[in-house]
Amino acid sequence: MTSTTTFEKHRESATTRSAVVLSINGQRHELELDNRTTLLDTLREHLKLTGSKKGCDLGQCGACTVYINGERVNACLTLAIMHQDDEITTIEGVGDVEHMDPMQQAFIDNDAFQCGYCTPGQICSARATLDEIRAGIPSHVTKELNGPIEISDEEIRERMSGNLCRCGAYANILKAINQVAKDQVAKERS
Amino acid sequence: MKAFSYERIDDAAQAAARAFEVPGAKFIAGGTNLLDLMKHEIEVPLHLIDITQTGLDDITETDEGGVRIGALVSNTALAANERIRRDYPVLSRALFSGASTQLRNKASTGGNLLQRTRCPYFYDTAMPCNKREPGAGCAALDEGADTRQLGVIGTSEHCIATHPSDMAVALRVLDAEVETINPQGQTRRLTLDEFYRLPGDTPDVENVLEPGEIITGVVLPAPVGGRQQYYKVRDRASYAFALVSVALIETDDGKGRVALGGVAHKPWRRDEADAELGNGAKAVMTKLLDGARPTDENAYKLTLAERTLAALLAKE
Amino acid sequence: MDFNQSADENLFDHARIIGKPHTRVDGALKVTGTAPYAYERHDVADNPLVGYPLGSSIAKGRITRMDATAARNAEGVAAVITALDIDELPRAESNVAKLFGGDIIEHYHQAIAVVVADTLEQARAATSLIEVEYEETPGEFDLDDAWKRLQDRDVVSHVGDVDAAFDSAEVTLDETYHTASQSHAMMEPHATIADWCDGKNMTLWTSNQMIKWTRKALATTFELDPANIRLESPYIGGGFGGKLWLRADAVLAALGSRETGRPVKVALPRSFIFNNATHRSGTVQRLRIASGKDGRITAFDHSAISHTLPGGSGEDAVNQTRCFYAGENRRVAHHAIDMNLPEAADMRAPGEASGLAVLEIAMDEMAEKLGMDPVEFRILNDTQVNPEEPSKRYSDRHFVECLRKGAEVFNWSARNTTPGGKREGQWLIGQGMAGAYRGAPTLDSGARVRLSEGRLIVETDMTDIGTGSYTIIAQTAAETMGLEMDDVEVRLGNSAYPAASGSGGQMGAASSTAGVYAACVALQGEITKRLGVGSARFENGQVVTDDKRVALRDVVPNEELVGEDTLHFGDFKDELEIGTFAAHFVEVAVHAYTGETRLRRTLTVVDAGRILNPVTARSQVIGGMTMAIGAALTESLNIDSHRGYFTNHDLAGYEIAVHADIPEQEVIFLDTQDGASTPLKAKGVGELGICGGAAAVANAMYNATGIRLRDYPMTLDRMLDRLPGA
Repeated sequence: MTSTTTFEKHRESATTRSAVVLSINGQRHELELDNRTTLLDTLREHLKLTGSKKGCDLGQCGACTVYINGERVNACLTLAIMHQDDEITTIEGVGDVEHMDPMQQAFIDNDAFQCGYCTPGQICSARATLDEIRAGIPSHVTKELNGPIEISDEEIRERMSGNLCRCGAYANILKAINQVAKDQVAKERS
Repeated sequence: MKAFSYERIDDAAQAAARAFEVPGAKFIAGGTNLLDLMKHEIEVPLHLIDITQTGLDDITETDEGGVRIGALVSNTALAANERIRRDYPVLSRALFSGASTQLRNKASTGGNLLQRTRCPYFYDTAMPCNKREPGAGCAALDEGADTRQLGVIGTSEHCIATHPSDMAVALRVLDAEVETINPQGQTRRLTLDEFYRLPGDTPDVENVLEPGEIITGVVLPAPVGGRQQYYKVRDRASYAFALVSVALIETDDGKGRVALGGVAHKPWRRDEADAELGNGAKAVMTKLLDGARPTDENAYKLTLAERTLAALLAKE
Repeated sequence: MDFNQSADENLFDHARIIGKPHTRVDGALKVTGTAPYAYERHDVADNPLVGYPLGSSIAKGRITRMDATAARNAEGVAAVITALDIDELPRAESNVAKLFGGDIIEHYHQAIAVVVADTLEQARAATSLIEVEYEETPGEFDLDDAWKRLQDRDVVSHVGDVDAAFDSAEVTLDETYHTASQSHAMMEPHATIADWCDGKNMTLWTSNQMIKWTRKALATTFELDPANIRLESPYIGGGFGGKLWLRADAVLAALGSRETGRPVKVALPRSFIFNNATHRSGTVQRLRIASGKDGRITAFDHSAISHTLPGGSGEDAVNQTRCFYAGENRRVAHHAIDMNLPEAADMRAPGEASGLAVLEIAMDEMAEKLGMDPVEFRILNDTQVNPEEPSKRYSDRHFVECLRKGAEVFNWSARNTTPGGKREGQWLIGQGMAGAYRGAPTLDSGARVRLSEGRLIVETDMTDIGTGSYTIIAQTAAETMGLEMDDVEVRLGNSAYPAASGSGGQMGAASSTAGVYAACVALQGEITKRLGVGSARFENGQVVTDDKRVALRDVVPNEELVGEDTLHFGDFKDELEIGTFAAHFVEVAVHAYTGETRLRRTLTVVDAGRILNPVTARSQVIGGMTMAIGAALTESLNIDSHRGYFTNHDLAGYEIAVHADIPEQEVIFLDTQDGASTPLKAKGVGELGICGGAAAVANAMYNATGIRLRDYPMTLDRMLDRLPGA
């Protein structure tokens, strides 16, 4: 067994930084990072994209939810240097004040937030929730694993449960998601 | 988080060899538990080997009519896989009851098996923990400790932690095997019972993996069929670790299998308990939980396990 | 402006904007992630250093040695300040636990060092290189032990003869209850960027509910002239009372900045929110109620204890029992027990949240003993005066209407009245209700309004912690000045602006809008003076007098007109009980085998004066109810009574409600106005929602199972062995 001291000597001499090219909201960023830097801190500190929030830094709140290659993940629990060639989308890429995504507008319409801190993560998860249901991915509450999945309150609540909101806007978030779901269905029909 | 060097290796055998050779090396895939532990400095690797591009992300048929799951298959991909949903629904159900979609999208099959306990004393580096620091003592065993979530059976005088995985409980009831490759390129298969260790005198050693040995996949035997259920009981309705979970398979011949989560250092199953399934929940639990040593705070888990199984058996 | 008597009919009774639904004016910034929270202010402090705190690993004792050599030599580290490097900082009045400095340890995770480095990664890693040795001393951590030992209860008030009333009562209740310690668990951790580079002028970009108080606390702590301290806190990611005070984030950032001569930012790690920051103390409460067979309450006897660090006040759970229901004889006693857990302080509805969680179970138990409907029992014991002081009447109390309306809308009369008598499959179904009361205090509030080119800017140090301050203040100003919402810009949370109430005690909405109204009236005075007219109406963007109409933009072209004033609330309020009231109705399902409890629907009927904006007010009420559901079912800071700290110090271990826990929530606002409260006749609702909500859940669980639980949170292990199963 290597002793602790020898261990730490190795650490001192190790190369602990790496170069990485990240693609974020369609833009390339060439970065040279401390290996320890999470994707979340890269966004917030290095690229000043502060829309993704840090609530716990441990994957226990969902405020840092972003998309990597179209899938939602917690940006606090992944290293930036592991995302060479991945397409990353943050709330800034979802929509801005002049060009809002329908989900962003639905959150305003339904007062689906209060303090606003969990909101970007909620919106990223909300959009993903509808996509995932449409893609036929079941959830914990899906009655029939092999059948079609309806967009229901119960499905939405379960799928949104990785995003905490201490202000307690859950009931309004549900309404916002239902509004977007309804609009999407109407659009598909027309 | 202590500084570390990093490299990506795109072949599992080479990754294993490299891990054996570099002191303090650790594999990283999804990272959803490892990075959390590194932030707390519970894990302090000197070198991270990124194995995400090793191609172990397929779900394929085996010659025996079962399924081989690559170690890198994400929890979401595994749970949503059509074959798994149809033939191994208990596995899908267990996966969907764990964590959140964000975490399941990132977490890998191999990493899920290697999750470490959520014992609050393991997670707080100011507290003595034999699992974190062998010989330091166990804060959970002291008077006044918070043990409501901790283990009731298979525990030792050095550790009463539980294994937090839901997936592993389903794999245990499905008789799955873990497939590994070692630094010498040799592969082996282990049942989950063989794979996980009880805490005993060395709670820091949680499984039988040798230095550098890497999980390449999980193999499910041919479908056993029957009625398969997974019931995870927790305080809040979602996004929480189990107080107790029950994986149940009732086969058409009136037999079946039961495994428990949230009660022990590993998914908990006993053949002699399975044999009692026809005699009801109490009979099963008398065998399955024989020898339990709960604390005052977590003795409810014994009742809860029995009642949860009874609820499943009673379900129309 | 002095508010010395109840408001008569005024412009708010004929409002265009106040009282109408408006979506949040800060909504677009929040949904796009562009509202700037404290730690994100790259605009004000480019490339600041990062501070990371080290917490004490013992609960009580002293530090005997600290060695930060390795940390100081670590890569990227600019400075390490340890507790032994500086004397204990003076404590502001509002701080019980010490924030930093000196060798004494008062609680677990007390900040004992800060490492300042170029990056978070460097600072965090270096904190673990600091060597610390302690001398531990035994502490008190067990509230139940303290309860058992307690001989004399500190009587807060006693009217009538409680003992005689119990002796002669026909029906009595005497039960003991527990509420758990709770964490605010706001989503944004406490965070501050400090610029104190010159050691003289301090600027903090921070996340704080109370600008004025915190500026004062900083002045005391750092022995500075308040004039040299500037605070900005425009966006706050939740507070719930946890950010009322100066906390370690600001102190450590300031110390780091002075030491390094650079701006420094510090966010508390999540674990620090539980043991370094404040929390709501748990309580043990004994409640006795006496009544006649007719259901009229003759006596209340409520005693409670909570924990606090020496010098604090704990959680006063008996206060509401003094005035909520009628009854001639009443005694309440509260004891704050000195213990060595982290600092107990205010959390949303301090006192009432814990007190009503118990009182409203007791009322349910009493109704059952009497064979009465719990709604009718409460109606029978309603009071329009403070029962301790019957000459003091309630200014405007419609609790009975809340109860009746709620019962009607919830279809209460159709409920199953046999506990444990309704089952759907494996689930037991129950319904329960509870009353809610919370005072409606106001604090003097100031604002400044600036009119230029027909556009109005409102400036006040009031904060918006998610409550909707930006929106209701814009509504108030637009209403008063005859402008549209789009013509008004609201700027908050800056110590350069006139001092307002701040956000706390559910007084912010009522107080700060009154202050903005006063400032607008001052501006109107300036306008009429400039126009040389006596009085005028302000409508459609114009000043209207008997003989002319002038567009506001044309009053004085190319010049800014400013109005500034503070609304002073007069003593006449002391002669009145001014409160807010509600009734909660909930339906739950309890699993007959496992005891898992899930909410099915909630209804809250609210009497809180004029509702300034039903959209944001409704969010406050459902948010409070959501927190109450957490308090009822899952929330508990678990105490290791040997080591003296809260063990579940993360958001996986401390379980707040998630989406899947929250059902459809309905809120009804009664159309009431309380002229005694403010010129707008409004009262707060931010805390009312959490009051009584937990008891409504508890009562519904009893109705579902027939098992009466008296200890929060009502987790399944408390009833498992008594549930029916099949």
